[in-house]
Amino acid sequence: MNLYAIRAIYIFEMARTWRTLMESIASPILSTSLYFVVFGTAIGSRIGAIDGISYGAFIIPGLLMLSLLSESISNASFGIYFPKFTGTIYEVLSAPISPVEIILGYVGAAASKSLVIGVLILATARLFVDYEIAHPLWMIGFLLLTAVTFSLFGFVIGIWADDFQKLQIIPMLVITPLTFLGGAFYSIDMLPEPWRTMTLFNPVVYLISGFRWSFYGVADVSIAVSLGMTLVFMALCVATIAWIFRTGYRLKT
Amino acid sequence: MQPIITIKGINKTYTSGFQALKDINLEIRRGEIFALLGPNGAGKTTLISLICGIVTPSSGTVHVAGHDIVSDYRAARSTIGLVPQEVATAAFETVAATMQFSRGLFGKPRNPAYIEAVLRELSLWDKRHAKIVTLSGGMKRRLMIAKALSHEPQILFLDEPTAGVDVELRRDMWAMVRRLRDSGVTIILTTHYIEEAEEMADRIGVINQGRIIVIEDKAVLMNKLGKKQLALTLQNPLRRLPDELAGHRLELSADGNEIVYTFDSQAEHTGIPELLRQLGKHGIDFKDLHSSQSSLEEIFVNLVRHRP
Repeated sequence: MNLYAIRAIYIFEMARTWRTLMESIASPILSTSLYFVVFGTAIGSRIGAIDGISYGAFIIPGLLMLSLLSESISNASFGIYFPKFTGTIYEVLSAPISPVEIILGYVGAAASKSLVIGVLILATARLFVDYEIAHPLWMIGFLLLTAVTFSLFGFVIGIWADDFQKLQIIPMLVITPLTFLGGAFYSIDMLPEPWRTMTLFNPVVYLISGFRWSFYGVADVSIAVSLGMTLVFMALCVATIAWIFRTGYRLKT
Repeated sequence: MQPIITIKGINKTYTSGFQALKDINLEIRRGEIFALLGPNGAGKTTLISLICGIVTPSSGTVHVAGHDIVSDYRAARSTIGLVPQEVATAAFETVAATMQFSRGLFGKPRNPAYIEAVLRELSLWDKRHAKIVTLSGGMKRRLMIAKALSHEPQILFLDEPTAGVDVELRRDMWAMVRRLRDSGVTIILTTHYIEEAEEMADRIGVINQGRIIVIEDKAVLMNKLGKKQLALTLQNPLRRLPDELAGHRLELSADGNEIVYTFDSQAEHTGIPELLRQLGKHGIDFKDLHSSQSSLEEIFVNLVRHRP
């Protein structure tokens, strides 16, 4: 195992975060705070409790997931796309590193950054809403699993993208709508059929449901299904990355 | 001596169907400067990229320092430093940070003293805290070399190291490459500047349209393929050459002031004494003479033109 290489990539990627502190960390925290102000405090006070949880507290897991997904994807996709764009990827490709080590460096850094943002958002939420965490270990587990899984997904997008537009298109056109429709702001039980059944095809539903269970002990779908679906998506991302390195897709000629 | 790089039967065909390398067989000797010479698009960069692991071979094998570049890529790649043709750097990193990054990638622990020595050698030490984006073009090129040397490689690939570089920097780079070779590093450089190969290389390989057409010691190549010419500046201009001299490979300049005799430098008899006797017989006096050997550039143009 080339530990020095993993460390080098990790430090390099994290250094980028500190260099762009405002947009990397301040911006997701600010935008989530705005959600809390508008939905949690202003409008939320006029909406009744869901499953016995105040609306302000109900939306915390969903909002956290929204930030976690988009941050993980954008960090990881940018992290691998940028060296491809500038040409500096030659150094990584010609170095004595295995694909696993490349992934540990890039995805590890992207997931770490998302986790930092997640924790900061959780702390920020405290300023607006009172909440409790029923299963803290499960909460940390889901946070970690989601950050890693969607950083892996971001890595795939970063490899696939051959221009900046493609880098943005999946998070904007797929992830954001899926998160908004995945029960971030409501319980899917509130939806009429057939929308409720259709929603079950949205993978983000399982993430948010499981995550909310770790906070309040209530969920739209069972925790085992939530965990299973997240692991299935992770396995899909890992399989895709394995294929990328085996074929050299958009990395090697 | 065991070659440091052994390339056997390498072919590379891209998915588009374009065959960039055709049955390449080549051995690079430890400690030499090998120049891979060829026109644009000949396959030089593809060959280098393939050895370094950036391009996947379609068939054939490459061993670097005894290690197969596919099955034993870690050991093979750790011995190589690559300076690509395009300057590509992480613009917002500092010089020191990017050096540390490169060294780490190749699995080496920190060694500030060595990094300092490399940066000093390449006149970048004063810039170690500067962001790369603030460096001049020449400095960025030197930084690319510094990065390639950061992990103490045994082999250094320089892909068109002096393309678009001013004369002074080019001379500096040549001097630096020689110092590296003297320290035991094997150097493979690609170039389409014949002057560069002529100045630097111990051996030269000529590649054209994906095929290596010549591999030879530079001196031997120049001797083997070089033509020698003897130019005689005449005392009085001539209108035409006497018929008796027609058998010699002679050319008379347009103004009639110079006769140029072309001969084979390797031949047992150059024919010069006979020519001079003939000239004396016809009363053709000359006031000056000089001989010249064809440059590598002429040799190269001939090779590439005659072997499509």
